[in-house]
Amino acid sequence: MTATGDSPGAAVAAVDAAPGSAVDAAPSLAVGVPPAPAIEVRGLVKKYESQAVLRSIDLEVRAGELVALLGPNGAGKTTTIEIIEGYRRADKGSVRVLGIDAGTGGPSLRARVGLMLQGGGLDPRSTPRDVVRLYAALHDGARDPDALIEELGLGSVAHTRVRRLSGGERQRLALALALVGEPEVLMLDEPTAGMDPQAKRTTRSLIRRLRDSGRAILLTTHDLADVERLADRVLILARGRIVAQGTPAELTAGAAPALRLRVTAPLAEPARETLTAELRRTWPDARLEADTSDPLEMTVAGADPEPWLTAAVASWAAANDVTITELRSRAATLEERYLELTGDRDVQVAA
Amino acid sequence: MSRPAPLARSTAALASSELRLTLRRGENLLVTIVIPTVVLLFFATVGVLPGIAGRPVDFLLPGSLALAVIATGMVNLGIATGYDRQYGVLKRLGGAPVPRTSVIVAKVAAVIAIEVAQVVLLVGVAAIVLGWRPAATAQPLLLIAALLIGTAAFAGLGLLMAGTIRAEATLALANGLFLAFLMLGGIVIPIDHLPGPLADAARLLPAWALSESLRIALGSGADPALPLGVLGVWASGAIALAIWTFRWE
Repeated sequence: MTATGDSPGAAVAAVDAAPGSAVDAAPSLAVGVPPAPAIEVRGLVKKYESQAVLRSIDLEVRAGELVALLGPNGAGKTTTIEIIEGYRRADKGSVRVLGIDAGTGGPSLRARVGLMLQGGGLDPRSTPRDVVRLYAALHDGARDPDALIEELGLGSVAHTRVRRLSGGERQRLALALALVGEPEVLMLDEPTAGMDPQAKRTTRSLIRRLRDSGRAILLTTHDLADVERLADRVLILARGRIVAQGTPAELTAGAAPALRLRVTAPLAEPARETLTAELRRTWPDARLEADTSDPLEMTVAGADPEPWLTAAVASWAAANDVTITELRSRAATLEERYLELTGDRDVQVAA
Repeated sequence: MSRPAPLARSTAALASSELRLTLRRGENLLVTIVIPTVVLLFFATVGVLPGIAGRPVDFLLPGSLALAVIATGMVNLGIATGYDRQYGVLKRLGGAPVPRTSVIVAKVAAVIAIEVAQVVLLVGVAAIVLGWRPAATAQPLLLIAALLIGTAAFAGLGLLMAGTIRAEATLALANGLFLAFLMLGGIVIPIDHLPGPLADAARLLPAWALSESLRIALGSGADPALPLGVLGVWASGAIALAIWTFRWE
C-alpha cells in the first residue's frame, strides 16, 4: 500500500481505483486527493416485523467504479438499493451518498443521483418524449431530452404511448430518466431485466461508457452475464448477508478445480454407487455431484483432479460399459461459484 | 453537477404534464365535461323535474357546477392518482429532485385549471342556450369560497381512496359515489322530494352541502351557514384522513 495523499482514506482509495479506472475523466472529481466513496454503507441492518432481512451490510462504490449486487430473489438486493436511494430507512448503520446521509438528502441530493426502479414507474398513457421532458424540467442543468432519446435508440418511438413499448424500450426509457439530470451516481435495479440479447448488449455498453466517464454505478442483477461483462467488483448477497465479494476473477479464483464428466445416458443409482465406492478406495472424501440443469453432467467433488483420478473414472467407465463424451478438469465458473455460495439453483445461465 | 430546478418551474412542469395526461384520456373528458353539460341541458329542457320554484336552469346550474367539482376532484383525481400509485409513477417522482408537496400542488393546480374551464363552459351554456342571468342577490365571493372548499372536500375524498385502496377499487368506488351523489346530492332532484329519512341523510352529504352552497351563492336567498359548515367538516376531515393514510407506493 502506498501513501499518495494526506487524507486517511487515500491509500486505500488509490489501491481500489488503480486498475483501468477512469476517475480522471470525471471533470468535477479530478482533484489531487482521491475522492471519498460516492456510496458508503456501513453496518446496515434492516428488519421487517422484527425479522432481519439485512444483517450488517457494508459496501462502497467510488467514482468511475461499477459495483454489482448479485443474489437470488429475496436475498435483499432491492431492499439494500432502496435504502441507499432513500426510499426506506435503515434500522441500524450509516448510509451516505456523496457524503450526505441518504435518509435526509432531499431534492438537492436526488438531483445528483440517477435512479432506475424495477417496473420503471412510468405512466402507460405517457410517451417517452413527454416523460423525459418532464424529468428534464425537474433538474437545473439537465441534458437535452430529445438528444438523450435519440442516444438511447428511442427516437422512433418518442411519440408512442408507453403502454405500447416493448419491455426493452421501457427499460431504456427508465434509464433515460436516470440519466437526464447528469447524475454523478447511478443506482440501477435490474437494468437489463426483460431485454432481448441485442438490447442487453447495447445497454451494457452504454452502462460501461457511463462508468468510464467517471460515474459511480451500483446495480443489482441476477444475470451473471451482467456481472461478467460489466462489474469491477461484485458483492454476492444471500439471506441478507454479503457472502462473497471481489472482482469477478477473484471470486472464481478461490474455487478449487474439479474433475467433470459427461456421459451419453443418465447414470442409474446403482452405477453411481459403484463409481463412488470405487473412487473412495483411494480418495475417501470423493462424491459424485449431479448437475441439476443437465442430467448427463457430473462433478467429482472431494478429490483433486490429479491424473490418477481421471484414470480411475475412465477405467470404471470401461468396466461398466459407460460411454464418456467429455472428461475435463477445470476451475469453477462464476455461475458454479455463485450457486455454491447462494445455494440457489434457479439462476439465469450466462449467455 | 445538476441541481433541483426552481420550485416554480418544476411544479409548473408537473402540473402541465398532469393536465396533458388528463386531456389525453377520453373517459376523463366524459366525466368532467360531457356529463355535467348533458345533465344541465337535458334536465333544463325536458321539464321532468319535480317541484322546482322558478326556472329549472336556476336550480340546475349550481347542481351541474357541483357535479363538475365532484367529477374533477373526486372521480378524476382519485382514479388518476390511484393508477399513478399502482404504476409506481409516484414512487419514481419521489426519487426526482422535487419535494412531495410540489407533486400535490401540481395535482391541485391541474384540478383547478379543469374546474375553471368547467365553470366557463357550464355558465356559458346556461347563459347562451338556456337564457340564464345572474340574480341581483348573487354572491361571487361565496361562489368562489364554495367551489374551493368543495374542491378540497372532494379532492380529499379522491386522494383518500387513491392512497389506501387498489386502483381498480378506487375506480369502482369513485364511480359509484359519483352516481349516488348525482341522485342524492341535490344535483338534479331537490332533496325535499326524497323520502324523509333519506332527505335527512342527504343533508349530511358533501354533495348536497356543495350544491346548496352554490345555489345560495347564485342568489337563492337562504342562509349558507349550515351547508358551508357541513362542507368544511368534510373538507378538513377528508384531507386530514388522506394525509394520515396516504401510501406513496
